[in-house]
Amino acid sequence: MSKLSYERPFIQKLNTGSMNKFGTKTEFSPVSQLDGVPVKKLTDEYGSPLFVISERQIRKNSQNANRAFKTRYPKIQFAWSYKTNYIDAVCNIFHQEGSWAEVVSVFEYKKALRNGVSGNNIIFNGPDKSVEDLELAVDNNSLIHIDHFDELYSLVELLSGGKKKARVAIRVNMDTGIYPMWDRFGFNYENGQAWNAINKIMAHPELELVGLHCHIGTYMLSTSAYATAAYKLCDLAKHIKLSYNLVVQYLDLGGGFASSNTLKGSYLQGADIIPTVDDYAEAITSTVLNAGFKQDELPTIILESGRALIDDAAWLIGSVLATKRLSDGRRATVVDFGVNLLFNAFWYDYKISPAQDFTHHTEDMALYGPLCMNIDCIRESVNLPLLNKGDQLVVHKVGAYNMTQWLQFIQMRPNVVLIDMEGNVHLVREKESIDTIIQQERMPEYLKKK
Amino acid sequence: MQINKNIAISDSGFIFNPSTGDSFSTNQVGMEIIRLLKDNKSKEEVISGVVSKFNVDEATVEKDLSDFTLMLNNFQLVIGHE
Repeated sequence: MSKLSYERPFIQKLNTGSMNKFGTKTEFSPVSQLDGVPVKKLTDEYGSPLFVISERQIRKNSQNANRAFKTRYPKIQFAWSYKTNYIDAVCNIFHQEGSWAEVVSVFEYKKALRNGVSGNNIIFNGPDKSVEDLELAVDNNSLIHIDHFDELYSLVELLSGGKKKARVAIRVNMDTGIYPMWDRFGFNYENGQAWNAINKIMAHPELELVGLHCHIGTYMLSTSAYATAAYKLCDLAKHIKLSYNLVVQYLDLGGGFASSNTLKGSYLQGADIIPTVDDYAEAITSTVLNAGFKQDELPTIILESGRALIDDAAWLIGSVLATKRLSDGRRATVVDFGVNLLFNAFWYDYKISPAQDFTHHTEDMALYGPLCMNIDCIRESVNLPLLNKGDQLVVHKVGAYNMTQWLQFIQMRPNVVLIDMEGNVHLVREKESIDTIIQQERMPEYLKKK
Repeated sequence: MQINKNIAISDSGFIFNPSTGDSFSTNQVGMEIIRLLKDNKSKEEVISGVVSKFNVDEATVEKDLSDFTLMLNNFQLVIGHE
């Protein structure tokens, strides 16, 4: 007689009276394939943990965002936010879809140039631009978004006496009715600082004011905040036209659109509370259309959305290293990916699925990463099947900020693969090794082992 | 280690402790272990009983049994836990 299949013994106390009146779908349906490629095949070939990016989903998101805006407004330009995910293959998919590059450091700037983005299609944001960086941007005719007066004066000094001109915008911060107000970046609208900066730019013919920029926050759940931001940028643009007879070419509304990940502490799932890209588009475009611009003077609207376009286009596959029991009786599962790879686990409750079939029994558990550090917790409480060492898990919607904010801490960073439109798998970032680290180190002669 | 005498166990894995009013659910392997413990089997006999019925090795059962009996003890379902 053949033996029965084994599942580790499990006992659970049954509680009544603590049911959530909003029944939500269970999270533990197995996910054994990603874009048609078996998870097992991916890890057999590329190891675990492994980041997997979907070209299909990136293109779908990009095309959906373009549709949402372009059906509402005649002049739309997206610029891919490099800091959200600057793996070259990812950037080039967005560039193929027509996105410019939006960068916040000279490192990202040079990456965009390497990716073949024309200099005049690179938006250079951020508070850290050295004189050399500014010179590079001026020479490439890039759009320089000035963040503070020190940068403005540096640019004036750089260009004084020469024949070069710089295409510039200012970043404007403002009260849009949301908290926190990102007033550490750019010039304030309400206290007149932004207008002061505009006047200073207009006093220097070597600076060509072409746009106005804002970026009001991240994971924004309110579309009305974008309407307020658009209204205030339109107000500045109209004042520029009135005072200087200059037509501002573009309004850059930045990014900050929410993805469908669930924030820690949120009562409802992220997907149930976030606005759609159409909601954001409606708020922004209708405000600009109703602002009173002449038809032939309508500014181009630039969007720098990152998170909403890439988060759901990547997964992280990982494996169970161990299961254990905590002192209070809770189950703990240790996996081979931690906050070193999922930096955003600090504020997201990531959806996690098993990659193989289980019985219907599940248990609440804490999910810990592999780091020998107490902070390394991916989920403080998640309901999953009875996992065993070696079982695989899939973390969903990890495309934004993890592959740029990841840490080389205790562990190396793993392989990243891309599944193309035909289901072929490509290695787009090779895993690190000890050589990656030690090639940057230098040993003083006197400390070398004799 | 013995299962409390007054614990009621159904064939579907539903467990009721009348002295506390608590109820529990368990899976097939858990039911088998509880059944063996109710029959006053030793730890070694429980392990060999599970191995003979399920597709599993002794080391795995020993590790899992240790965790399972800890939970039985936490839930006050056993007497004489080592």
